[in-house]
This record gives sequence, C-alpha cells and structure tokens, in this order.
Amino acid sequence: MGSISGSVTSGANAAALVRTLPRIDAQGLEARAADLSTRSIKKDSKARAIDLAISMVDLTTLEGADTPGKVRTLCTKAKNPGSGSGPVAAVCVYPAMVATARDALAGSGVNIASVATAFPSGQVPLHVKLDDTRAAVEAGATEIDMVINRGAFLSGDLETVFDEIVAVKAVCGNAHLKVILETGELGTYDNIRRASWLAMYAGADFIKTSTGKVAPAATLPVTLLMMQAVRDFRAETGTQIGVKPAGGIRTTKDAVKYLVTVNETLGDEWLNPGWFRFGASSLLNDLLMQRQKLASGHYSGPNYVTVD
Amino acid sequence: MNTRLNTLKTYKMYVGGKFPRSESGRTYAVTTPEGDHLANAPHATRKDVRDAVAKARAAQSAWADATAYLRGQMLYRAAEMMEGRFEQYVDELVDAQGLDRDDASDVVADSIDRLIHYAGWTDKIDAVLSSNNTVAGSFSNVTSVETRGVIGLIAPQDDPLYGFIDAVGAAIVSGNTVVAVTSHRHPLPALSLGEVFATSDIPGGVVNILSADAAEVGSWLASHDDVDGVDLTGVSDRELAAELETKAANSLRVVRRPGADSSDSLDRIRTWVQYKTVWQPSAI
Amino acid sequence: MFDYSPAPESAPAHINDHYGLFIDGEFVEADGDQVEASINPATGAELFTYAGAGSTDVVRAVAAARKAQADWAALPGLERGKYLYRIARLLQERGREFAVAESMDNGKPIRESRDFDIPQAAQHFFYHAGWADKLDYVRPGAQPLGVAGQIIPWNFPLLMLAWKIAPALAAGNTVVLKPAETTPLTALKFAELCQEAELPRGVVNIVGGGPQTGTALVESDVEKLAFTGSTGVGRRIAQSIAGSDKRLTLELGGKGANVVFDDAALDQAVEGVLKGVFFNQGHVCCAGSRLLVQENIAEEVVERLKTRLSTLRLGDPLDKNTDIGAVNSGAQLDRIRQLVEQGREEGARLWDTGTELPTEGFWHRPTIFTDVQQSHSVAQEEIFGPVLSVLTFRTPQEAMVKANNTPYGLAAGVWTSDAAKLNWAADKLRAGIVWANTYNRFDPASPFGGMKESGYGREGGLQGLEAYLK
Repeated sequence: MGSISGSVTSGANAAALVRTLPRIDAQGLEARAADLSTRSIKKDSKARAIDLAISMVDLTTLEGADTPGKVRTLCTKAKNPGSGSGPVAAVCVYPAMVATARDALAGSGVNIASVATAFPSGQVPLHVKLDDTRAAVEAGATEIDMVINRGAFLSGDLETVFDEIVAVKAVCGNAHLKVILETGELGTYDNIRRASWLAMYAGADFIKTSTGKVAPAATLPVTLLMMQAVRDFRAETGTQIGVKPAGGIRTTKDAVKYLVTVNETLGDEWLNPGWFRFGASSLLNDLLMQRQKLASGHYSGPNYVTVD
Repeated sequence: MNTRLNTLKTYKMYVGGKFPRSESGRTYAVTTPEGDHLANAPHATRKDVRDAVAKARAAQSAWADATAYLRGQMLYRAAEMMEGRFEQYVDELVDAQGLDRDDASDVVADSIDRLIHYAGWTDKIDAVLSSNNTVAGSFSNVTSVETRGVIGLIAPQDDPLYGFIDAVGAAIVSGNTVVAVTSHRHPLPALSLGEVFATSDIPGGVVNILSADAAEVGSWLASHDDVDGVDLTGVSDRELAAELETKAANSLRVVRRPGADSSDSLDRIRTWVQYKTVWQPSAI
Repeated sequence: MFDYSPAPESAPAHINDHYGLFIDGEFVEADGDQVEASINPATGAELFTYAGAGSTDVVRAVAAARKAQADWAALPGLERGKYLYRIARLLQERGREFAVAESMDNGKPIRESRDFDIPQAAQHFFYHAGWADKLDYVRPGAQPLGVAGQIIPWNFPLLMLAWKIAPALAAGNTVVLKPAETTPLTALKFAELCQEAELPRGVVNIVGGGPQTGTALVESDVEKLAFTGSTGVGRRIAQSIAGSDKRLTLELGGKGANVVFDDAALDQAVEGVLKGVFFNQGHVCCAGSRLLVQENIAEEVVERLKTRLSTLRLGDPLDKNTDIGAVNSGAQLDRIRQLVEQGREEGARLWDTGTELPTEGFWHRPTIFTDVQQSHSVAQEEIFGPVLSVLTFRTPQEAMVKANNTPYGLAAGVWTSDAAKLNWAADKLRAGIVWANTYNRFDPASPFGGMKESGYGREGGLQGLEAYLK
C-alpha cells in the first residue's frame, strides 16, 4: 500500500491517498466471504462463539416511537439478558434517549452508544451535526455512532467527508467514535474501502457498516472488506481500529460467520467487544435461544426469552 | 526455324522469403511420366529442414498478429499472382503428370479458387469455432481459437499443385507458418509457388517450401521440438506415417494423419488451431 | 481464543469390502482373480479391495461396450439424454455419500468433495444430457465414434469420470473406463449407480487396475482414447497408437503461472494465488504453481500469502473445517518431498506453515519457495503438491515471456485491475485456460484442455463434444 504514513492531517492528503488504494475484485471478495461461511462451528466452539457474540452486541433501538420506558426495558435486558448470559457491550439509542439510558445503565459497565450527526441521513449543516453530537456526549454517551456525508462522498468531495469526521471527533471528548459508512449507499466495494480509510485517517475508533435504515445493510463481504482495511491500516500506522457490522444480522448462524471472519482475517486481537461489535436488535434473542439449546439439549422458543 | 536456345529454369526452394539452393548443394532429376528430364530440383536435407523451421518460427508471431483482414488480402493477392501465371502452371502440370491441357487448366483454376476460398476464411474462423459459454456464475467465459505455431507438412505426392495449396492454405490462414515438403516426384509446380508467395506481400518465412523425399526429411520435421503440428497428408507409406506420428508424439504434437478427409476446409483449419478459454469475473 | 471444535461429517459412505469389475452391467471378478487394495491416505489403513483387470478382462469389457454401442447410438437422443439426467439426479441425491467416499479414498477435504467434486460431477451429467438430442448443432450429421477407452487420474476421481463419461454417452458412444489405481471407489460406486439408473448393460464398463490395465485398454479395439494424467504417460499413449485409426485426446500436466501485476486487487489476488495452488493439496494439473509477481509488490504479496496460509487448517479430511487434506499416496508424497529437497538444494528459499502433521497417513505442509529462478527445478517441473514457487518480473512483457517459458500450456492466471492489460495478457499467455482475476474455476459449459505438452483436445462445452463425434 505504498509509503503512506500514519500522520495524515489534511483532508486533501487523505483524499489523495485513498484514491490510490488497490482495487477490489468484487467476485473474489464475495467468494472469500462465501468460503468463510462454510465453516462448521459446533459444540464447545459454538458455545464460546455465542457468549462472545452476546458480549459484542450493541443492543439497539432507533425508532421514532422510542420512549423512556422502552429504553429502560432495553437497558435492563442489556445488563442481564437472561439464560445465564453476561451483559452486552452497549445500548444504542437516539441522543434524546441517552440520559434515560445513562440512568438505567449506571454502574453496569454497559456502554451508552448514541447515534448522532442527524442520523440516519446526515443531511444537515455541520454545526447542527456537531450540536447533535455534543448533546449526546453531554447527556452521557460513551460512544458516538456518526454517519458520514455520503452526498459529499459521492460527489467526489472526499475532503469534506474527512473534515466533518475530524470535526465530530473533536467534540466527542472521551467518547469513542464509530463512523457509519452506510455501505449500501456507496455503490461499489472500491468506494467502501476508500470511505473506510478516509474515516480511519480522520480519527475513527470504529468503522461501522450501516445505519440499519438502508438496504442492503451489513453483508459479510462488506464487513470482510472493512476488516481487511483495519488490518492494513494497523500494519501501516500501528493504530488499531474496531469494526461494527450493523443491520440485518439476525441469527446466531449469521453472527458466527462474522466471528469466523474476524478470527481468520484479524485474529485474536480483534475478537473482543473492544474491537468488534454487532449492531443489532433481534440478534440477541436468537443467541439466547441457541444458548439455552446448548445448555438443555433441546430447542428453545421465542416465549422462553424476553421480547426486549 | 527457331535458332534461339530456351532458357531453362533453375528451380530453387523458398525459405524465409529467399530462394536458396539446398544446403547440401545437391539436386535430383525431375522427369515426366515418360522419364524425360524436366529439370533439377533441390535435394533438401535435415539441415534445410532445421533452417526452414527457424525461419518459420521467426515469422510466426508477426503473421499471427497481423489482422485477419490483412492476412486475407495477402492470400487473395497470392491468388491474383497465380492467375497471372496460369499458363505456366498448366504447363508444369502437363509436364509433371502428363495431364491433357484441359484437365490441367481445371486443376490450376481449382487451385486458385481454393486459395481464394482460404483468403475468405481468415476473419471467419473465430465466428464459426468460438463460443460464448454460459457458465453457472457471474463470469464472462469465452472460448476463442488461436494459432498453433509452426506446422510441418508433407504435401500430397500425386496432387502436386492443388493438394499443396489446400494443405498450406489451411495451415497459414489462421496465423500458422509452415514448412512444406513438396511432392517428391512432382516438386516443380509447388516450387514455382515460391515466386507467387514472394510477390504476394505474404511475409517471408510464412510459407517455406522444400523439395525432398519425405522418407529422408520427414523424421527431422516430425521430431523437431519447435514444430507445433505435423501434417502427414502426403505420406502414402503406412509404416512411414506411423513412424513419423510416433516421432511427433514425443513432444505431443498434433498430427493430421494421411487419409483424413480433405474435402472440408474447416476440418483442416480446425486441426491447426487450438482453443483458449478465458474466464473473467463480471461484477462490481 | 476461537478454536473450532472437530466437525466430522457423519454421513455414511457405504463402502463394500470388495468390488468386482463392472462389465456388461454386472460386477464380475477378474479372469486371473487379481485383487488390488485401496487405502485411506489419511490413515494408511486399507479401505476395501477390488478386482484388477487383466488384458482378457479388458477385451471382455470392450466387447460388452461394442455390443451395446449400436443400440445406445440408435436410441433417440432425448432418451439417451434422459438416462444422463437420471444419473445426474441420483448423484445429487446421494451427493453426501459420494463426497464422504471420495474424501476417504482420495484424502481431499470433505468441504471440497462436498462443495466441488460431487456437485460438479452431477452438473456435467446434467449439462451433457441436454446435448444428446442436439448433436446436429455441434456438427451437422454428427455420428458417434463407437467405443471409447478412458483413463482417469486420482486427483478428482468422480469428476474426471464425469468429464469423460458424460460427453461420450451423450454423443452415442459406449465406454470402458479405468479409474486410477489408488482411487477407484467412486467409479465403482458410480457403477452401482448405473445399475440403479437402469442404464442399458454394457454402455458403461468400469475396469479397475494399475498401469497394465491401462496399457491393455490403450491397445484394445476401441475407436477413441481419452486420457487425463501425466505428460509422460500421455506421450507413451500417443506413441503407441501412432499409425492406427484411434482418436486421442490428452489432458496432461502443467506448470501454471499466476501473474500478479502491481495494480491487482491485492487481497483477491492473494486469495486466488493461494486457492490456485493449495486447492486439493496442489494435486491439480492446472494448479497455479508458479507465482509471477511484479517485483515492486513481491515482498508484500509474499508476506500476505504467508499470513493467509497460516490460517489454513490441515488434518482429517472428513472434518468440515479442514482446508488441506492428505496427499493421495506414499509414492506421491515421496515425489513431492524429493522435488522440494531439490529446490532447497538448488538455492530456492523454503518456507512452510510449520503445521503439526498427523502421525498416520501421508501429509505435506503448505510450502512456499521464494528466490526462485527460472532455471530452478521447482520453477520448471510439475510438483503436483502444495508447493508454490515465487518468481518476480519487472515489466509486463517480461512476465509473459517467463510465464510462457515452459513446455506446458494448460492454464495461467492474470491479476490486474486494468482491463486493457488484462486482455493483452490473456491474449499473450500460451495456455488453454486463462483465468483473469480468478483461478481454478470450472464449468461443464467451459472447454478445458491445454496447449503444447499439456495435451490436445478439449473437455466440456461445444468444443469438448467434438472429441466424441465424427
């Protein structure tokens, strides 16, 4: 990947660098992802994978109809999902719900993630995005999930994309910044790789696939590609970045495929909630049902896990 | 009474665009069916085979890389040059085989027409033999034809003009170059073709013409590792044919056996091309 | 942290203790009561015994095929096709059983036999079934050749059988097929499947045995021979039928070059190079066993290859997570070791994954040679094992010269994001198959076969059918 250094400070510089990234062969990427999907994870390894996946879940509710009551329910489940499982990684909500989540999660160790920057479209002036972010951080968010400016990206204005991420990062304070690429809108794998690097150069702590509001959301090939990007970025800069697929991951089987992919692409160092997350809502219950099945030896049903 | 002495033609081989004598310096006498002396033909040896293969190899990639349209025009040009020497070929066939003039004229006309037939093939072989393959996956998958390279051929013994043109035309039309051994007994019409090819814009080395005894040079041609295919059309002796095929098998060269149906030009052409299949993903 | 628990495939393989020769629709013993054994290369233990055909048995099999041929050819094409469709379906139904059997007899990972060998074999019958009533579109007035003698190798036993039998039968020929000495199992199970499909007697005959059986078949009274295997044996077959009227197609060895340009999609190129040579333990005639990588990215590509290679899982072929299985035989393992040793002695630098090898059976670690020069034996000779030789080039022209500098010409790969360069390279590469930005893809509709000493004739597609028609 040439002689890029880690000290990329300007948008123009970053934009120039990402345009020189090697291309991606779509079919080869998809073939590799399909190949990884054929791993057979059974018995002990499956049990470990389920517990690991649960610990990586950003339990999410991002609805216009969200209420404090709904968020408190979710937080309770996040702390103690049931079936003997440990807590999830974070609860992910809109900025208006952060304070509620903070109170509900106090002392639990579960992180409070908030989407920000006019999620999901991001189509507001930068100062509004920054205010949105500040509000979430001030309300107690420990993690910010921002969206990139896809309009700027697709119009070729990569500098603006970079500059906005830098600006958001600056107001995050101690909160971790997850940068949502909204891969379903970027059109090509090459664009997704460029956006990944742009976000990493700009200071992202995590790169995240999707808002969950656009189809397709996370796919295994896209996530594999982003894993390759963080792997290469660390090889080049020494900085480790996390990855978060979000949207569309609903089953234990899916989650295990992602973990296999982390395992064989990034290895142990990324196989923990500090560096890999699942953005999901319904995934948790399937993981819990599978956990029960492994413990009891028979299949479980939806009535044996709580709805939220 | 005509007192002028006829200028007898000295027949030479045609190799690499030039008209050399045999490396050995030897010739052999060519006679009419009645045994009257006609001319001396060069007696090609294994070293002539070696030199001709080197010339054919040197000319091959440029010939194959020329556009099919251009190759076609050059072959057509060769047919034009033959037409201009129509009577010469009639004479040579009458002398060589004792044909009557009408029959000989028919053979010359057929020979020219065969060359024109091949001239029209150059840019159509792919259209007829290639395929776009429907594979189970998002790939472009195309099979196209490629030249084999250098073809060594033993031309028919009893059909010294048409048979020679048919064999040579089928090989060079797709971009191969040839080392062609003429009818041993009737080499003169084929040797004369050197003059046609030399003036037809077909680059030197594409067609190389040796007059020789297949039993003597055949094994050098068939066993040469830098020959990519061997046409045994003119080998009438079954044992010799088997021996030459065995030699060619050593480097796994394609052989066209004597007695293979020669009427279908495409069948001949097909022997001297090979298929290449290219897979390419189609995806973003 | 994330070890995969053993995931053994549990489907039964249904292997008999002993198989006879399959002649004229029945299993019979050899005239001389010759018995051979097939072993499981992952354990070294005997799997089953089978009858080894002598020359009189081969004569008997050819006679059965001859007797059946006229009626088979006289069947309406659609009816012949329906038999092939039936075979394809039965193979699909019994896919898992055949996959397990193949992995046990051959040593290849179950994920390959399950996801590649068996489905592709079924697909070949399905594809060719559809040709049986359309032969006039291949060649007007097309006629079958008669009886075909077919000899197949041990690397893809059932798939090679399908490549041979499906087009032959579709075209109205009958066959006598000799499976490889070390891997006859799926061919013999296929014989049972022919009975199940109620294929007319004598249309398919299977004669197990070693080189003598092969020689007897080559010398027998057949109209057509089709051989897949080593260049050395192919040469002898071509020599031995010289002067006869037998037709021959040969699919022989290779030393495929995988050319990686500096503008390639690197992750996919690395993956393609890896799959290109380590697929099926490298027992692939079209393996991309020579990596030709542009000098300015060579170091990075090799590092990535090593990292990726280290994730490959070697071991029990029946474990669904195994990537690298057993080498097919002790003889093949010896040959691989000998060539690897020779490469080391000649000065190429050896690296392997250091994987712990099972104590029983035949195994070889995935191995990479760097600092390989064109003149090294590991750059010239077909190793037919999990060994990659890495060479570098400076310019595209040099890449093509080096790639073509081999007597072989079966397959080549090219990796670049530049479409014009890709077309240029595909044109320049002297190989019957060029995989551009992909490798080791196969399909019954895609003609397969080589140039130069990799043989002649094609298998698959329209062009493949030509080899069974006159």
